[in-house]
Amino acid sequence: MADIYQDDTGQEVKKQFTLSVLTEDLPGLLNSVTIIFTRRKLNIDMINVSASEVPGVSRYTIVLTTTRSQVEKVVKQIRKHIDVLGAFVYEEDEIHYQEIALYKVPTDIFFEGMKVENIVRANNARILVIEKDYIVIEKTGHKEETQKLLDTLKPLGVLEFVRSGRVSISKSKRKTETFIEELENSKTHSLNTNGKLEYGKN
Amino acid sequence: MATLTQKSKMKEAQSIKVSGSEAVILSLMEEGVDTIFGYPGGAIMPVYDSLYHYRDKVNHILVRHEQGAAHAAQGYARVSGKVGVCFATSGPGATNLITGIADAQIDSTPIVCITGQVPAHLLGTDAFQESDVLSISMPVTKWSFQVTTPEEIPYAIARAFYIAKSGRPGPVLVDITKNAQFGQLDFKYEKCEKIRSYHPYPPIDSKKIEEAANLINKAKKPYILAGHGILLSGAQEELKQFAEKTGIPVANTLLGLSAFPTDHPLNVGFLGMHGNYGSNVKTNQCDVLIAVGMRFDDRVTGDSNKYAKQAKVIHIEIDHAEIDKIIQTDVAINADAKQALKELIKSVNSNTHKNWVQEFRDCDKIEFEKVIKKDLYPEGDQIKMGEVVRLVNEIADGEAVLVTDVGQHQMVASRYYKFKYPNTNITSGGLGTMGFALPAAMGAQVGEKNRQVIAVIGDGGFQMTIQELGTIFQYNIPVKIIVLNNNFLGMVRQWQQLFFEKRYSFTEMTNPDFIKIADGYSIKANRISERKDLQGAIKEMYDHNGPYLLEVKVETEENVFPMVPSGDSVANIRLS
Ligand SMILES: Cc1ncc(C[n+]2csc(CCOP(=O)(O)OP(=O)(O)O)c2C)c(N)n1
Repeated sequence: MADIYQDDTGQEVKKQFTLSVLTEDLPGLLNSVTIIFTRRKLNIDMINVSASEVPGVSRYTIVLTTTRSQVEKVVKQIRKHIDVLGAFVYEEDEIHYQEIALYKVPTDIFFEGMKVENIVRANNARILVIEKDYIVIEKTGHKEETQKLLDTLKPLGVLEFVRSGRVSISKSKRKTETFIEELENSKTHSLNTNGKLEYGKN
Repeated sequence: MATLTQKSKMKEAQSIKVSGSEAVILSLMEEGVDTIFGYPGGAIMPVYDSLYHYRDKVNHILVRHEQGAAHAAQGYARVSGKVGVCFATSGPGATNLITGIADAQIDSTPIVCITGQVPAHLLGTDAFQESDVLSISMPVTKWSFQVTTPEEIPYAIARAFYIAKSGRPGPVLVDITKNAQFGQLDFKYEKCEKIRSYHPYPPIDSKKIEEAANLINKAKKPYILAGHGILLSGAQEELKQFAEKTGIPVANTLLGLSAFPTDHPLNVGFLGMHGNYGSNVKTNQCDVLIAVGMRFDDRVTGDSNKYAKQAKVIHIEIDHAEIDKIIQTDVAINADAKQALKELIKSVNSNTHKNWVQEFRDCDKIEFEKVIKKDLYPEGDQIKMGEVVRLVNEIADGEAVLVTDVGQHQMVASRYYKFKYPNTNITSGGLGTMGFALPAAMGAQVGEKNRQVIAVIGDGGFQMTIQELGTIFQYNIPVKIIVLNNNFLGMVRQWQQLFFEKRYSFTEMTNPDFIKIADGYSIKANRISERKDLQGAIKEMYDHNGPYLLEVKVETEENVFPMVPSGDSVANIRLS
């Protein structure tokens, strides 16, 4: 199966994939999703978990670097979890995504002319808070962009830096609520051909 | 809690006020449970106290170690098709269950494990006998859930049973804090029939059935691999019809044994590392491979890069995650095996493949000359495992349930036992858990009173759960135990001989007097070391009313062949 996922030697290439997972909002679920990665010694590049637009449903955005065949196996294992509603794999061109970064810098670096303010403006960042001792800058963007701002600010002094996991939204037209309604109404909860479970005479 | 109550959508049925612990027992009774294997302790005492009041309705079997409870529940489930149930206390009780749970997970066995837990306010405080069994069990259960309020109990148990038995079955753990057992609730029970995030029965795609039928109808050398999924979906009749209509030969995986009668003219044997010669080599010569309810375990495929490369692969499998996991399929039918076979039977043409089946028979002749004859009719002084199984066959005539442990004896018994009826083969396949057989046999005998259960165990594995002789004695469970004693961890020794230049590093065993041990439990026992006494001894064991231990001293350094060396191609199966 020579395709775009293989290099010249036929080796499968590793790429970055974004997984979007919808689950019931339950304690312990994050653990049972991440052990699927642990078991395969896969490092998660980024993970974000938050409530989705549907009450009681969480959305996970997980970014990892691996081969296509591995990510497909992982996604099937995630879907297999009882309390997972859906899991989807995307490549970069199939999603819109952002990460957010916060930079805490000493207030006094702003006193040396317009340099820092120019940097903030040129990077499409904004100043979130100004305190006596420090200023927090906020920047939303892809990792290269937030990293670039970090690299620029570093020589001037950065007290603390934090970057969020990725949040992404797919380019598909599917509505989450409709997807969940379809799950509720599907006929795949029992063997409906004869209306009873073949196995389990309890 | 509000969300849970919403989800369970309880009907306005009559409710009664009971304690959480009583609700556990009532819920189990609602699920039709009549047998529980368990072991009490502090954190599950309220449940045991409630059980006391229902002891006439629910049969509780006190095992001697919680691992035994899990394996017994597995044996019970595998033989009966019902969900096996076990109880354990928190901490060590729960962790002792884990091996059995992991075994049930990898071998798709429906069991519900109920563990006691420290009171909710002590969770996370390193309280006495607190262990985070929920996290520990996560990777080895189909579902696990912690209950911290009494109201959640019926909901959790109803879900547990639905999840354990539907789709690809598996183990479920419900961990119940002590305060939830003591607390009161308005009890009403509604069976779970649906979980919106769980879709155990994917619909059959008729296009895929058509594609599969096309491949099958054109095939010159088609080949069916029948796995545990046949038994789990109850598809043995459909498998037979399908094979007979198409004339396609059938081989079984280890867990698929008994899904297709051994003596059926289309049965071409047992797959995998110590399976039959023909069934293995023909995998790499067939043109269409039809895998039903099996998962291409590496003990079946050997080197998967050199497995069935020439064949078009049709995979009928209920678990979507198994499809394309190991072997790339040409047609994947993601469905219940029975439903899929029913559809497929309608679409395939009647056919025969006489020459192709004959090719397997030619291989059988080679295997008979090189291996089987020596195994079943040996000439040396020492007793061989194979001849013991041959004599068991003569008496049991396929009517008994065979339970095997893990090692050489397991492979020999699986190779030579003649299966006639479904669910008469119980073994630890995926996990290869030594110590499985004795408790599983006990559970199987409790679950199937109309068949004799025969456990075949090695001297090593026997000593891993030997304490269950106590349970067998206390409840007079009439299992027949055959210990094939070679004074070695035989299978490991065989590998040491073949691949580690006979360096027998810690595989020789000095064993106790098993007969005296059995005697201590008042279990009738006999030891045989000469061939002339063997047949009579097996008959005596079989005719004995009650449990019986037969120790057979077998050849110490016997090797099991054929053998696909680990990681090699099935085509390179060795006959010696
Ligand atoms: C719990 C456990 N520990 C270790 C092993 C590794 N192992 C596989 S077969 C085997 C030897 C089994 O010896 P015995 O029970 O005497 O049976 P035999 O092979 O001699 O028939 C061992 C140690 C295992 N499968 N399970």
